[in-house]
Order: sequence, then structure tokens, then C-alpha cells
Amino acid sequence: MWAFIHKMGSPPWFFRFATAVIRWLLPIVLLALLAGSLWGLLYAPPDFRQGNSYRIIFIHVPSAVVALAGYYVMASAGLVSLVWKIKMADTAMRAVAPIGAALTFVALVTGAIWGKPTWGAWWVWDARITSMLILFFLYLGVMALFEAYDNKAAAAKACAVLSLVGTVNIPIIYKSVDWWYSLHQPASIKFSGETAIDASMLYPLLLMIAAFYGLFALLVLLNMRSELLATHRQSAWLRTELG
Amino acid sequence: MPPNLTTFLRFQAQRHLRSALRRPGDILNPLVFFLMVVTLFPLGLGPDPDVLAGLAPGIVWVVALLSSLIVSGRLFQTDYEDGTLEQLVLAPHPLALSALAEIISHWLLSGVVLAAASPIFAAMLNMPVQAVPVLVISLLLGTLCLSLVGAVGAALTVGLRRGGVLLSLLTIPLTVPILIFGTSAVREAVLGYDPSSWLALMGALAAIGLILAPLAAAAGLRISLEA
Repeated sequence: MWAFIHKMGSPPWFFRFATAVIRWLLPIVLLALLAGSLWGLLYAPPDFRQGNSYRIIFIHVPSAVVALAGYYVMASAGLVSLVWKIKMADTAMRAVAPIGAALTFVALVTGAIWGKPTWGAWWVWDARITSMLILFFLYLGVMALFEAYDNKAAAAKACAVLSLVGTVNIPIIYKSVDWWYSLHQPASIKFSGETAIDASMLYPLLLMIAAFYGLFALLVLLNMRSELLATHRQSAWLRTELG
Repeated sequence: MPPNLTTFLRFQAQRHLRSALRRPGDILNPLVFFLMVVTLFPLGLGPDPDVLAGLAPGIVWVVALLSSLIVSGRLFQTDYEDGTLEQLVLAPHPLALSALAEIISHWLLSGVVLAAASPIFAAMLNMPVQAVPVLVISLLLGTLCLSLVGAVGAALTVGLRRGGVLLSLLTIPLTVPILIFGTSAVREAVLGYDPSSWLALMGALAAIGLILAPLAAAAGLRISLEA
């Protein structure tokens, strides 16, 4: 276990690891996305009140869930990089930020498209929508801070501090925005107690959430791999690796 | 023998206050900015006193937030430019303590002054008199929170050439709870309800911030000096 974690910090080892994982993760993720979308869009029953417009849930909810989890992944990578000074954690943190921002953006856009037929407006100032927008700003802040530094090692540390400060703040932001106003339906899927969503819709949704987690992991690995290719293009190990 | 921690904290705060008081423009300019932006709202929204009274808590708080953010960009600037910051890093005392001294003295000269002047702005926007004490208290606590958040952002951007807009990008998302608690407290007071729960929440934020923000700011300052 410790040896594995130790090896993760070495760029050549990680490059091989990422290449191997991408090779089998890519088909699985594509298959899961395809199966989940077809199941959700074609075979799940229409909602008795919203008709077919609810089907956007199969994109909206997974992207929102993974976008929020992505911030914690980024902050954890930042903590690892600050405490143990592992370079690959820097790379991971950098790779997560644009993907997290993109997923947050997808969640906001699909939310707006879903809001039009359901609430009658593209945008409403509801608690959860506003929290997602602020999450989007937090991602943008980390990306902007990284770009602003010339020294990339210092940039990674600064982003790590910023994302940790953001992590302390996220629960406070969520709670405060919640007290501020709430129109959005409460969470339908709960780990304890009765879920408010029928099994015929729940299973494709869970499949899509799993597929989005896979997609997130895949994109982060691809991003980290191309980052390694760019920074180590002069190294001998990369030449032998690529043949 | 280096001075003990409380003496060190006092020395640092005195140094900041003294050098800031030598440049009174830096203290007055944010107030003038505040006054000007408050003037823009009736011009943009129309002079109807009832409309302005309804919007007053939000207007005063948003403008306070913006002017506090603008001044927090200067927080560590002079110390960074003249090399004092490097001396403070080398000092036997924790850097977080120096950061705390700088934040507190910055707050005394920006936030406290702003809160003290806020009844004037409240009157200009026709805010009910019973809400004014709550406005002042919420601004006192709120500007302390804003200075703490701003200090973390300022520490991370102090060495950058184009730090100004970036600082706002980094800190505005983090100031959302402060704005919500502050405006909610004032609005409750305007409606005649008890605003103490919102003020208590803001006090809690200030207490957490006083512990964590100097540590984060110190980490940020070390990174900025390295870059």
C-alpha cells in the first residue's frame, strides 16, 4: 500500500500507470455513458407531471454531483502537495480545475434548460443554483491564480492554499445560501430512509452518476498525462517510454 | 532576547497604524469611493424614497464589501515592496502573528471607519432609524471578516503585477456568507424583528476567521516571497 502511494509520486511510474488505466477505463466509461443515456432517454418512463422534459436529470444531476466532488479532489490533492511536497499532486490539482469548472458549467446550463419548462424561467435565484454558480467562481479563481504566477511551483502551492481555504468555506457558503432562499426541490436520493424517486428512474440515474465519476477520472488522467508529456518532453525516460 | 508575543503583536500593530496615519489619503479615499458609489444608486434607480429604503440594506452592504475588497489589495503591499516582509519571515516570531497585527490595524483604519460613517449613507438612502445601530454593528463585524478573507487573497497575490482584479476574483466567492448574514441582519431590523441570530452567526465567522485566516495568510506570504 505505502509502496504504491510512494510510486505514485514518480512521474515515469505514474505515466505508465495512467497509460495502462486509460486503456481499460476508456471503453468502460464510453459503454456506461452510452448505456446510461439510452436507458434514461429511451427506456425510463416519462414523469407524470413533467413529461419528457425531466430526462435532462440524467445529465444534470451527475454533472452537479461530480463537479462538487471534484472540488474536494482538487483540495485533497492540494493538501497532499503542501504537506508531502509530491509533484504529481500538483499536476493532479491543476488537471482537476478545468474539468471541475466544465462540469459545473454543464450542470448550470442543463439546469437552466430544465428550469425553462418547469419553473418558467431560464434562471432563478434559488439556493442550490446560486451555490453551483459560486462553486464555478471558486474553480475559476483557482485557474486564474495558477495562470497569474510565472513560477509554476509557487503557483501550485498558492492554488493549494486557495483551494483549502475554499474547502473550509464551501459548507458555510452552502448553509448561508440555503438560509437565504430555497426553491429547488430537496435532494431526492438519500442514503438513509426512503428515496423520493422511483426505481425505474433511479437505476439509470445511478448508472449515469457512476459513468460521470468514471469520465471525471478518465479526463483527469488524460489531462495529467498530457501535462507530463509537455513538462518531460526532454527526458530520456519519456523517449524510451514512447519508443 | 526577542520580545514576547503580545509585545511583538503590539509593536507590529503600532508600526502599521503609525505609518498608515502618515498617509491620511489612504484612509479617506475608500470613504469617498463609498460615498460616490452610494450616490450612483439613486441616479440609476430613481429618487423614490420608498424604493431606496427597501434596497438600502443591500446597497450599503454591497458597496461596503466592494470598498473593503479594494483596500485589502494594499494590505501587505508596502511591507512587500520595502523588504519588511522578508525581515518578518526571518523574525523568531510566527509570521501568522505579524499577519494578524497587519489585519487588525488594517481593519481599524478601514472597516471601523467605514462602519462609523455608515449612518450617513443610511440616512441618504432613507433607511429607517431603528435599523441604523444594527447596520453599524453588522458592518463592524462584517468588515473584520472581509479584512480576514481579503488578507488571504492579498497574501497570495502580493507579488503579482496584475494582482488587483485577480484579488477580487479570488475573494468575492468567499465573501458570500458575510454578505448574506449582514444584509439579513439589517433587513430583519428594518422589519422590526430581532436580528441577533444573524449577528451571532457573523460573530462566529469572525471568530473562525481570526484563528484560520492569519495562518492561511502566512502560508500565502511565504509562497509569494518564494515566487
